[in-house]
Amino acid sequence: MTADLAQAVVPAPLHRALGLTDEELRAIEAKLGRVPNDLELAMFSVMWSEHCSYKSSRPLLRTLPTGGPDVVAGPGENAGVMRIGDGWAVAFKIESHNHPSAVEPYQGAATGVGGILRDIFAMGARPIAVLDALRFGDPADARTRHLVNGVVRGVGGYGNCVGVPTVGGELVFDASYQGNPLVNVMAIGLVREDAIMRAAAPGPGNLVILYGSATGRDGIGGASVLASATFGAQDPSKRPAVQVGDPFAEKLLIEATLEIVAAGLAEGLQDLGAAGITCGVSETADRAGTGIRVDLDAIPRREPGMAPFEVLISESQERMVVIARAEQLPAIAAICARWGIPCAVIGRVTDDGDIAVIEGGLAADGAPNPGAHELARIPARALASDAIVFEQLAAPPARRRGAPAPGVPETAADTLPEGGTDPGAVLLGLLGSPNLASRAWISEQYDRHVGTNTVGTAGGGAAVLRVKGTRRALVATTDGNEAVSALDPYLGAALSVAEAARNVSVTGARPLGVTNCLNFGDPTRPESFWQLREAVRGLGDACRALGLPVTGGNVSLYNEAPGSAIAPTPVIGIVGLLDDVSLLVGPAFVADGDIALLAGAAGPGLGGSAYASVAGLATEDDLPGLDLAAEAAVQAFVRDAIAARLVTAAQDVSGGGLAVALAEMAIWGGRGGHFRVSVPSAPAVALFGESPSRIALTVRPPDLPAVREMAGRHGVSFAELGVVGGPRLVVEMFGEGATGAAEGRGSSIADALEVTLADLRHAWDHGLPRALGEEG
Amino acid sequence: MSVRVGVVVFPGSNCDTDTAWALTRAGAEPVELWHEDADLQGVAAVVLPGGFAYGDYLRAGAIARFSPVMRAVAGYAADGGLVLGICNGFQVLAEAGLLPGALLRNRSLRFVCRDVAIRAERTDTAFTHRVPAGGPLRMPVAHGEGCYYADAATLDALERDGQVLFRYVDEAASPAAAAGRANPNGSLRAIAGVINAAGNVAGLMPHPERAADALLGSADGMLVLQSLVESAGTSGGAVAG
Repeated sequence: MTADLAQAVVPAPLHRALGLTDEELRAIEAKLGRVPNDLELAMFSVMWSEHCSYKSSRPLLRTLPTGGPDVVAGPGENAGVMRIGDGWAVAFKIESHNHPSAVEPYQGAATGVGGILRDIFAMGARPIAVLDALRFGDPADARTRHLVNGVVRGVGGYGNCVGVPTVGGELVFDASYQGNPLVNVMAIGLVREDAIMRAAAPGPGNLVILYGSATGRDGIGGASVLASATFGAQDPSKRPAVQVGDPFAEKLLIEATLEIVAAGLAEGLQDLGAAGITCGVSETADRAGTGIRVDLDAIPRREPGMAPFEVLISESQERMVVIARAEQLPAIAAICARWGIPCAVIGRVTDDGDIAVIEGGLAADGAPNPGAHELARIPARALASDAIVFEQLAAPPARRRGAPAPGVPETAADTLPEGGTDPGAVLLGLLGSPNLASRAWISEQYDRHVGTNTVGTAGGGAAVLRVKGTRRALVATTDGNEAVSALDPYLGAALSVAEAARNVSVTGARPLGVTNCLNFGDPTRPESFWQLREAVRGLGDACRALGLPVTGGNVSLYNEAPGSAIAPTPVIGIVGLLDDVSLLVGPAFVADGDIALLAGAAGPGLGGSAYASVAGLATEDDLPGLDLAAEAAVQAFVRDAIAARLVTAAQDVSGGGLAVALAEMAIWGGRGGHFRVSVPSAPAVALFGESPSRIALTVRPPDLPAVREMAGRHGVSFAELGVVGGPRLVVEMFGEGATGAAEGRGSSIADALEVTLADLRHAWDHGLPRALGEEG
Repeated sequence: MSVRVGVVVFPGSNCDTDTAWALTRAGAEPVELWHEDADLQGVAAVVLPGGFAYGDYLRAGAIARFSPVMRAVAGYAADGGLVLGICNGFQVLAEAGLLPGALLRNRSLRFVCRDVAIRAERTDTAFTHRVPAGGPLRMPVAHGEGCYYADAATLDALERDGQVLFRYVDEAASPAAAAGRANPNGSLRAIAGVINAAGNVAGLMPHPERAADALLGSADGMLVLQSLVESAGTSGGAVAG
């Protein structure tokens, strides 16, 4: 290298290497009133990352409804908490671990489970369930299969060992996730209302105690920004930014934490996740309006020679911070010792509002030792609640509708069954398609029963967990509608909320609240930010219409692979409450002779449907509509009917439409039925359309008048479909659409859908393992 | 006074509270036996619950057998005390040599959680006397290492001596083929549980404590737990801890 060339290589300024913009550097200097040193800059870089600061999404999230009579803790805490009666409360939250899972699927997914569980027990709640909402690319692709395998093993490997059942979730395959899979994990915990912990550091003089695993060089920066950082002359080898999970350590951490909480030893509790100790101390201090003096030397390390910035921003897993009065230290240390967990006093709460990092140790009174020096001093607010906020530009995409492929009809009106397609064959194709087939191949790899709370309902639908010692049960689900979101993010988000709530309501439970995981692309692209803004608007409108508070969640941006962003994917988690578990209704047909009904009116529109995808239809202009008032009404109707013990089975009509809903009820119940469906426009729409706000249910014949009357009172339209029983599913079609279409084919009546139960079961059972190449 | 039944708690046990809950339903008073403690507190029977005793990163149960509580359990079993191992507890008992055979990784090489049907091959033992002969019991399995293995001579001897306690059965109530769905882990001769020659130590991979409440899908596991509790009540906790 010549001297000239060497001079030409100007190293990037440190802030840029850390991922901070020049504008952010100026904001930091303004907040500090001086130039930050390198350590302070590193601390800002992680706390002001999108992941920790929500700097792009915060203005949007402020528009969401968060209040309600049963909300005990909302956004801003580690998890949302809602009251469920008898002194109990439920803590729940969903979070993404998309990027780590794309890099290393097993550990990425495993640490995703570990992280969300810590959010739950940091509230003082015992985790009782996990749900995983997963999205991948083409199931036939070798890399997709590698990711699916790794993620499923990772979720199971962690959850199974830590002793929290994985009870539900979603699995979706869509080409847009080919380079960027989504791994969203929701966790649910139970806590006595009077034992809820806050992630705050009150009481100057109190101790800051770190317990759990030692701090290592794993997950430095979390965000990859630091992988290319140039810190000092002697750069230690950089480890991958993906963390490694240890579920056994987490199990110990759960038990020790809950003992500390139960003994009343904690003034505040915080788990260490993204941004590690820096995040833990700055957020707890900020929430309490205090400061924390960090004793850098006291932090237990996994290896010698770690630089101060590495110690402070390491994302080593399975660590917690408890804020405690000094006299509680011996009791806390004893609990940690019993569970074999290291613990150390790593700082003191102060009254100056600053996070100060001291090298050289603290004396017994908490003051720095003589000769100790201060490596960093930053106001806690500046790192946490007062972090920078961006108003990103939003612009709708110039062209969001693709032109139909040559030969593909623009609307799906009359393609079935008049096109010569047997509707039974279409139904089997849908049931066996990767997005609708049985999830047993995955769920059987998860321990679903540990905790002995998982209520067995035949078939799919929402997960049900009874609350021991009460008559109550919690009902939980996750739902996302990326297919519609890709075309209309407002509608997609609203539909996701509606469907999740409907999945809860069909069990008889009342939806309590919403947690959400917003998976989007690069927010600095106006089109991408527009998608986020529209989705948040849809989320808020749907939650307001259904009376649901948003109690927390997570925003995951930059979900892009080279050349393509994911379909905007708001994943909605809802927890509901059933006051009396004996009222629970499942989705399976239960008795021959029961009468099947459809509550709610079908609307037109095949856009975003599984049918459109399987049939290869271009349906961008043909999205179903959502009437939120009708949605609320049909859900209220089904809950009231179940509470009156008038319903024997109920199932939400969603993916694959009414035909798939009835087929699933038949498969799970081991009995078919003979039904008649009105076809006002086109058979495909009536059988396979996914217009929302519809519920298929069964009643005993003598209860029919009472159910009809109740539906009328709720203003819910109501159609009698037929009678449950027999070894096959038969759906006859009648009405203008059916005959008109059939006439075009030279026949006077439409072909009925008729399939044996055995064929339905076979298609549904084998679809997923076959798609993944797990069976021939 | 209800019968005191010990539930061993390793740090990675995760079915200990479930087992204690189900034992209570079966009429017993559960007593926590901490892994570092060699004192069995005079209990009338000991249950080793499911979980991942010490993380089981090496091999299920491989470390647990060296724990203080297991030294005490070995002595307790030698003196005729009743010991039941469920899932990880079965793995620990096999590792400790208190039960014959070994539990290998599932033939699928995947964790399996599934409802299975098992048949009690003997209904005259301390663990099964409440179980009706012949009829299958439904209960869940949840494990990664549950494939029962022993060499052919040992298997023959177990069959001859009546030490096969439970077998996985298929829909026709026949022993489930190793490659079939009804045999969730590929166990040889469909063995789901065994009992020692003396008849006081037994283990099974399925979880009777998860089938102790019809609300959760099945109450068949109560028959096993009630058998144990009743037997413990009869023996009166006579064995010194």
